[in-house]
Amino acid sequence: MHPSYLGVFLTFARNSLIRDMTFRTNFIIEAISSVSWMIMNLGFYTLVYQFTPSIADWGKYEFFVFIATTMFINSLVQAFFMPNMQELSELVRTGGLDFALLKPIDTQFLVSLHRVNWSSLGNFFVALLLLAYSLPRIEGLQLSPWQYLLYPLYVFLGVWILYSVMIGLAATSIWLGRNQSLYDFWFYITNFSRYPMEIYDGPWGTPLQKFFTFVIPILVVINVPAQLMAKPLIDADWWLAGFAILATVFSLIASRWVFKLALRSYRSASS
Amino acid sequence: MHARVATWWTILKICVEERLVYRGDFALGTLMRFLPIVTQIFLWSAVFVAAETKGIKGYSSTDVIAYYLLTMLARAFSSMPGLATGIARQVREGEIKKFMIQPIDLVSYLLLARIAHKLVYYLVAAGPFALVYYLCRSYFPGWPTPEVFVVFVCSLVLSFMLGFFLEASMGLIAFWFLEVTSLLFVYMLFTFFFSGHMFPLDFLPEPWSTIVDFMPFKYMAYFPAAVFLGKVEGPEMWQGLAIQTGWVLLFIVVCRRMMHAGYARYSGYGG
Repeated sequence: MHPSYLGVFLTFARNSLIRDMTFRTNFIIEAISSVSWMIMNLGFYTLVYQFTPSIADWGKYEFFVFIATTMFINSLVQAFFMPNMQELSELVRTGGLDFALLKPIDTQFLVSLHRVNWSSLGNFFVALLLLAYSLPRIEGLQLSPWQYLLYPLYVFLGVWILYSVMIGLAATSIWLGRNQSLYDFWFYITNFSRYPMEIYDGPWGTPLQKFFTFVIPILVVINVPAQLMAKPLIDADWWLAGFAILATVFSLIASRWVFKLALRSYRSASS
Repeated sequence: MHARVATWWTILKICVEERLVYRGDFALGTLMRFLPIVTQIFLWSAVFVAAETKGIKGYSSTDVIAYYLLTMLARAFSSMPGLATGIARQVREGEIKKFMIQPIDLVSYLLLARIAHKLVYYLVAAGPFALVYYLCRSYFPGWPTPEVFVVFVCSLVLSFMLGFFLEASMGLIAFWFLEVTSLLFVYMLFTFFFSGHMFPLDFLPEPWSTIVDFMPFKYMAYFPAAVFLGKVEGPEMWQGLAIQTGWVLLFIVVCRRMMHAGYARYSGYGG
């Protein structure tokens, strides 16, 4: 019998919310801290734009849309996947993964989604505000309905690409026994995706740009939806939007394969 | 006196050995920490290209990169990962009792452990630092005069002291409020933004640039780097060094007084 995946997920989400609400002050503080971190980031770019009209052809408000996109995607990843991935390496170390393997449900689904960190969604709402603030301020931008349709879709695809990278990294903890620097590594890798891909230019930049577009496709994660919204894709960029769909499918398949492969070498730590 | 020195020496030796256990992981982690510099190089190159200017507030495009590299070094001295949270945890869980019973001074012990930690860190990190600095040598304007260099080294050592006593004082607040996580987060945000780790503080407009002058944070990253690059020179440089010393002395006193006041109001239960 197949379990109802949606039902199980909704139960996870509800339980996490109840848990979060038990420690309400902590919840509020966490939400405030992640928001203030982003506000500092905005402050930094406001400062930079005092000295330049644009960065790699991104004007100030266009770049704010870029930042809003970063916030949307990161808040979703942090809310749904981050706490689980950190726990996965702990499950491997303590042997708690045994219990996950025994449950009559897909193991990857279970370890990826069983906790939802609701406070991370605070940034999601700040991103909405930022988007609403910046969009009307971009000169000569005509928004069409398809942009409103495609933007959420590509944000969604971006989340899946980042998830794939994350579960791929987390799976290594099964091989290594423990991977404490997972979060660090994750931060340093995704750090590349937080900037417009056009800045990676020159003899070093172009190979870097190609690598993070075609090998580990993290550059398309934020760039594609942000371009779509702030600088409606010029003809040449349509292939990039098409590629993003392909990249998502491939990342998901590849990460699933890596996860399954890693599971095979899992040796229980306890019992 | 002799016995005391022997005790300290033993503590130092034990801490050094403890830190050396994970040296491989350590060196890799250090090298990874330079990855954000790569994106900073691309970002600022793009800014300088778009701004069509030779310099922003006296910083050329190579100066900015050199500045980031130097703040990494300064942060290697002034950042104290886990110090405040460690103290807060010891207070909360009652481990602090052992320092009240044993004839070992809490702050001195922590300082020794931290010196050991840093010594090992420099030993292991010297390789990655030298490599990155060598690769990036074209960004540096060249060696400063011996006088400037001496001030630079002094300010690095002072920034270590300042970082230690400031953060230890933050941790000791736990004697009054048991849960200080959120407070520490605010402190971390402040140091990150106002120490100059994120951008050269000279870029700040008024009134911010005056405000940061009155905060101790800028001596933890900005000041050493600015001295090395010759952005602060002559009498201003010596004055800066004097103010930095003043901050260090102030926080030594604050830290001591807080420890004794904390001991006086602490009450522990159970074993």
